[in-house]
Amino acid sequence: MIELGFVLFIIASTILLGVWATKKSQSVADFFVAGRSVNVFWNASAISGEYLSAASFMGVAGLIMKNGYDALWYPVGYAAGYLFLLLFIAGPLRRFGAYTIPDFAEGRFHSPTFRKIAVSFVLFIGFFYTMPQMKGAGTVMMGIFPSWQYWYGIVIVGSVITFNVALGGMKGITIVQAMQYWVKVFAISVPCFVVMSFLGSYNENLGNALEKPKGIPTIPGSVVSMKGKVGAPNNALALSSAGETLVKFESDSVLTAISVIPKPKPGDVFDAAGSINAIGSTLEISATSKDLAIPKDTLVEVKPFEVTSKEGKKSKASLKFEFETPAKIRITAPRSQNDGDAYAPNSPTNEKWVNPFGPLTSKNGYPILYTYSLIIALVCGTAGLPHILVRFYTNPDGKSAKRTTLWVMVMLGAFYVFTPMWGSLGRTFMPILYASNSTDSAIIKLPTILGNETLGHFLSGITSAGAFAAFMSTFSGLLVSMSGAFAHDIYGKIIKPESSAQDRKNAFKYAAVGVGVISMLLGLMVESFDIALMVGWAFAIGAASYFPLLLLGSWWRGLTATGAATGMLGGGLLSLGSIITTMLIDKKYISLEISPLTRSLMEQPAIWGVPLSITLMVVVSKLTAKQIPPDVDTMMLRLHAPEELGHSKDYIEH
Amino acid sequence: MDQHKASELSRRMMKKQLRLSLSVASVFVVILVGLPLINLYFPELARTRVGGFTLTWLILGVLFFPLTWILSSWFVRGTERIDADIVKEESN
Repeated sequence: MIELGFVLFIIASTILLGVWATKKSQSVADFFVAGRSVNVFWNASAISGEYLSAASFMGVAGLIMKNGYDALWYPVGYAAGYLFLLLFIAGPLRRFGAYTIPDFAEGRFHSPTFRKIAVSFVLFIGFFYTMPQMKGAGTVMMGIFPSWQYWYGIVIVGSVITFNVALGGMKGITIVQAMQYWVKVFAISVPCFVVMSFLGSYNENLGNALEKPKGIPTIPGSVVSMKGKVGAPNNALALSSAGETLVKFESDSVLTAISVIPKPKPGDVFDAAGSINAIGSTLEISATSKDLAIPKDTLVEVKPFEVTSKEGKKSKASLKFEFETPAKIRITAPRSQNDGDAYAPNSPTNEKWVNPFGPLTSKNGYPILYTYSLIIALVCGTAGLPHILVRFYTNPDGKSAKRTTLWVMVMLGAFYVFTPMWGSLGRTFMPILYASNSTDSAIIKLPTILGNETLGHFLSGITSAGAFAAFMSTFSGLLVSMSGAFAHDIYGKIIKPESSAQDRKNAFKYAAVGVGVISMLLGLMVESFDIALMVGWAFAIGAASYFPLLLLGSWWRGLTATGAATGMLGGGLLSLGSIITTMLIDKKYISLEISPLTRSLMEQPAIWGVPLSITLMVVVSKLTAKQIPPDVDTMMLRLHAPEELGHSKDYIEH
Repeated sequence: MDQHKASELSRRMMKKQLRLSLSVASVFVVILVGLPLINLYFPELARTRVGGFTLTWLILGVLFFPLTWILSSWFVRGTERIDADIVKEESN
């Protein structure tokens, strides 16, 4: 109930603040770019507020809890991407003075066709980025009220934000997003300090884990809800090879398959025959069972066994269950082992968790390749997100655009530094989340274990409100950039160029409602997808499309529209295609045997996608050098000359 | 402004700005590329204990953020100086 109070408060204040700001939003420029008059501090708060999404608020802590050190690259990359944006893009982009990225695309090359391609990428990346926000809204609401359906949260968040955006446009949400940044920082930091004062500090807990390199957290025998096949790969229960585990099925369950974990390599010798049996039951269950129905109240015992590799190296292995349908299970151990507490399934050992090249990057056997590809995707992807880029136009000039970026980096760092704290506290104190593959909810659930119930609910209410602020602010930013693309680029420039400013303002309102509804519908379809996975898609497309366009467009005279478009389409679409293919394989919609190297490259395509896009741009531009705009020098002056010289002329003036 | 002068001014200006951007970027890229290599080739160094943390965790999980602040304020200061110089040169 306390949690509901906090969430309602954040929703109500969002609506009220939005309405208040709208009263002050009059002109058309107010609508699209907040009158280009937002000061550095508020604009930096608004950009940070817009950027810190559900993935940052819940997902990053969850990924760190799940994967340890390797996942630290996520918060670092999300923040560090702004450095590239600052060094190469922020100043020129603002000095060029357009409303949207498609304006830049057309204005820089005098090519209306290129505008159309650029618009489609705004919508493409926008919708991909919207889906995880919607999923976050749905699942947090379900977490707070177990009786609620997934779609309740989506409809609530979706309609509140659509209302705000349609009413106030960019200016209406700038102040709201700025406030939401401060809500998020408060919500991630203050509860974290309180939790640490009860449970010991972050480095103290890390240090304790380091004392026992082979250690795995243990879980008391509480009931765990497992996801079914639609939740793949999060329907897996990989039992620990550190000790015996007893799995009691609390509901009738169906297992798709049982298999050996870690997956045997060619030449491995092992005997898994005695590793599993159903106690006091006639159920036929083995290490290779497939499509197995297990009646309620069955108790299954799993014992680790030894594997000898081709080279004669011995290691321990255990079994992995994949659930076909959602199920409830209770995980314990024999009394003689840890007083009946089982080792947490799906959890790496302390050593693998604390040290580099753990489960995330080494899963396909090419840890260094995976690490670099992840870094490139995050760093370049941040500099290629259209809903963030559009914010740079709300600065009064290029100088303030750069100062704003500096402040954004400070604000984001102050936020992200807390995510590993939550992740490591989650590992030590809530390992049960490993079993149900729901480390995403660590930040919402951790405060409830403090022993003081009121304080726990109070803190959990604060983190829930923070999570809500996260989906709402990111979704409003996306909605503004997508509605702007429809109203300004598609309606105002392509369909009806003679439309008046007022017509376009009205088109923006209709577009906001339309895009809001589509986003909610898309959100309903992605319940079984990982938040971090979906955000990864948007980053990979952004990194291989907008980032090269803006980088080369701002600094290289030789870039032509044909070259830029070929690079964007080639790099962006191939990256997207390979990510979606891996996702379909994971979900078992298609079966395709690919080598671990190919798999690494397809799952994290930035390491080839970004260079491919840049190479295509350079090569095709060289071939079409005739198309270089004759006024390219004037263009470069507009992009780079300090405003005082009078060369920068806003591409769109009013 | 005639084409020739625009070309000369824009090239001169962009060269200065690009040089600054690339120097800041190269420091950053060395760190981004270097940390995984240290983890790979000098695991003992990376695992040195510093108050509960390992050295590499302390760098990536905590110190990296202030580092990006230092780099970006270096850039912002430099770029504002370049802009001011150009304005001065041109108005003479």
